[in-house]
Amino acid sequence: MKDSPASAPRVNWKDPQLAATLRARHARERRLKILGLLSLGAAFAMLFILLASLAASGYKAFVQTHVTMDFVISARNVNPENPEKGKYRKVIAESLQAVFPEVGRKEMRQLRKILSNGAQYMVRDAVVADPSLIGGVLRLTVPVSDPYDQLNKGEIDRTTPESNRRLSDREIAWFDRLKEAGMISTPFNKALFLNADSRFPELAGLKGALWGSFYALLVCFLLSFPLGIGAAIWLEEFAPKNRFTDIIEVNINNLAAVPSVVFGLLALAVFLGWFNLPRSAAFVGGMTLALMTLPTIIIATRAALKAVPPSIREAALGLGASRQQVVFGHVLPLAMPGILTGTIIGLAQALGETAPLLLIGMNAFITSAPESAFEPATALPTQIFIWADSPERGFAARTSAAILVLLGFLITMNLAAVILRRKFERKW
Amino acid sequence: MLWLTFLIIVAAAALAYVLNLRAARRLWAEGARLHSITTFHALYALFLAALPAFVFVVLWLALSGPVIGALVLSGLPDEVRAGATAAQENLLLSEIRSLARGQAFGEPEPWKAAAAARLTALEATEGWARLALVSLIAAAGLIYARTRVSASFRARQRVERIINGLMVFCSLVAIFTTIGIVASLFVESMRFFARVPFFEFLFGTNWEPQIPIREDQVAGAGAFGWLPVLLGTMVITVVALVVALPIGLFSAIYLNEFASPRLRAVAKPVLEILAGVPTVVYGFFAVLVVAPALRQAGQALGVDVSPNTALAAGGTMGIMLIPFISSFTDDALSAVPRSLRDGSLALGATRGETVAKVLFPAAIPGIVGGVLLAVSRAIGETMIVVMAAGLIARMTINPLDSVTTVTVQIVTLLIGDTAFDNPKTLAAFALGMMLFLVTLGVNIVALRVVRKYRELYD
Repeated sequence: MKDSPASAPRVNWKDPQLAATLRARHARERRLKILGLLSLGAAFAMLFILLASLAASGYKAFVQTHVTMDFVISARNVNPENPEKGKYRKVIAESLQAVFPEVGRKEMRQLRKILSNGAQYMVRDAVVADPSLIGGVLRLTVPVSDPYDQLNKGEIDRTTPESNRRLSDREIAWFDRLKEAGMISTPFNKALFLNADSRFPELAGLKGALWGSFYALLVCFLLSFPLGIGAAIWLEEFAPKNRFTDIIEVNINNLAAVPSVVFGLLALAVFLGWFNLPRSAAFVGGMTLALMTLPTIIIATRAALKAVPPSIREAALGLGASRQQVVFGHVLPLAMPGILTGTIIGLAQALGETAPLLLIGMNAFITSAPESAFEPATALPTQIFIWADSPERGFAARTSAAILVLLGFLITMNLAAVILRRKFERKW
Repeated sequence: MLWLTFLIIVAAAALAYVLNLRAARRLWAEGARLHSITTFHALYALFLAALPAFVFVVLWLALSGPVIGALVLSGLPDEVRAGATAAQENLLLSEIRSLARGQAFGEPEPWKAAAAARLTALEATEGWARLALVSLIAAAGLIYARTRVSASFRARQRVERIINGLMVFCSLVAIFTTIGIVASLFVESMRFFARVPFFEFLFGTNWEPQIPIREDQVAGAGAFGWLPVLLGTMVITVVALVVALPIGLFSAIYLNEFASPRLRAVAKPVLEILAGVPTVVYGFFAVLVVAPALRQAGQALGVDVSPNTALAAGGTMGIMLIPFISSFTDDALSAVPRSLRDGSLALGATRGETVAKVLFPAAIPGIVGGVLLAVSRAIGETMIVVMAAGLIARMTINPLDSVTTVTVQIVTLLIGDTAFDNPKTLAAFALGMMLFLVTLGVNIVALRVVRKYRELYD
């Protein structure tokens, strides 16, 4: 075999032309790499900006400016026989007068606005709970109204001209006097979690929305979990391969991609229109979310069932178990971690879903937390939508705070799913 | 009352289970050779006691409301009912309902108060009747199941058939949902097209549903043409893709080809976070950050940017779609057979050349499928545009202008409005049907493209 080429023509790497091409090719390679890194960086930067801007505008809503004052509960204003019907506006005015003796009657109207509108009800509730206060002095910490809260948090610039400011120089001076007297404090904003919605930002909280979301997710879980597992088991383990099952499978895949607002239209026309179910109720919201979560759970369950090796099935069948005994006694328990992971992820999606809830009226203004799933309620995402639409400055911070709470729940749920998967995942 | 009903069912089921279990065990202890193990006898009783009663309650609850309503209406004085349309009757009924719940505004007319009292009485009767019937049905199931316990009874087959039926029902829920969607959209749209001609809706270039429509007016002549709404949707979708496509594609290429496994392990979940953020959060972000930033940038450049510009809504939507496109591209690139990649590298191509000239072309069908799915997401996306896009429909393709989308119109037309006989409300269902059809079409094409491409290499 002498005639086989001893060596291919050697490449002369020193050839300037070749070197130039190679340089150009490597430069292109570098450019592609840089472009890729830049896009990845851009995506990360956007996530960072998103979270940072929410945190920056939301963290201030987790504290609330309060004022600690002595409220003089005179028997003249509050009748000991009937403390609920007392003139608590007057109590507040007189108590403020004690702090600012020089303020006249006319200015009093202005001065009274330092305290939140809810202050009179807090004083009333304290007095009703303890009628022995009548005739004495009640020391109570109440929230200040939104403009003063903004001032205390540095959101109102004192250097802007008075006419463009929400608070006049005099009002700022009043607040500063309270502050110098040590009556102002900014504790953790418990009201954000313990109050329901309100027209006044300083009183508005998420209690109603949290309960509404809880009920809706509960209904969603109770419906979609058994239905999803049943459908997945049948399709994966028992269904014959024919046109009918094909249609069901295509159907489920298509449902997963139907826009959420269309589910809202379905709920509006069918649940509210045809079945006359109550509007704004968490129950209806939960049913709608269940229909949307169903495909997610079915797909996750089928994947989990598929991952169980056939040897388990064959062993059980070999010992004389029926096909259903095999599935319910052996395959399903082994697939459970995967199913639960998929379910949690599906529920997390449902928790963030807004559009269908808007269409069934879960964006109503409701000032008390729902007692059951059949009462009008809001949900976390719809509460965010309501607050985002509110013009008061205080609601902007609360919207961000509500979003942080929602994201907190989502992160917890997804972490739970990840941990579940890590802990129970079996490699066969 | 409702809880009591379900409590009865649960108690009957538990009782039936225990009774049959004990009966079967006794047989077994007496030395009989049972066909089915005792648990199946017990389960058989459980299903027989609970299932018919449960189905009955659900049907009863679904049907009793309308029946009671009809009964109350038929008891109203004739002069009230004469000439009332179905919608007016519905309104009357809900008024009576809230009256019965004690929410009266002012002094109700005596006939209304009487109707409310009758409603309360009917509802009480309904509750007791439901309770009695449920107890009866559950007891019948329980007793029948108990009489069937015998050595030769094939309880396992019976139970398995019931469970199979239940599972088939679960699978059918998906079909029912689709049928429900199609039926509700179709029925309401037909009512809309009975008032507004179909072709006017399809080809009209003027969308002004806010104009109040009176009885004596020809229903919104020219006011319900969906083309400007469609155009707005397309503008926003295009803006979203312009943001998402390059970023998603290049990050996927980098992650797939150049990134170290460690970066990949971190970057993929971080990108997924972007997909997991609820859209209402993106909407607020668009209003809080993106729109003011664009406005300031516009002022610096001397361009007039409208406050709810398509750019802000579309751009934010683009951020949301990045992980969608990148993960589809990543999957498609990874699915290209190893031999193609190795062949290209062996011929001396750099990694970049391999991606750009071999892998990418081979992966294009999969990527196109992913992009199409992203398009359908963008068309159907609601909250971002509801919060950040405009309300007025304009025939414009200028992304700096304020445009509106199909989903925005659906939501704004339906928020707080429940009267179903108003073209304004019905228009939302017509738009919903178009939305459903368009996204369905795009999805079907996308899934077909993806599947075909998978078959290519399998």
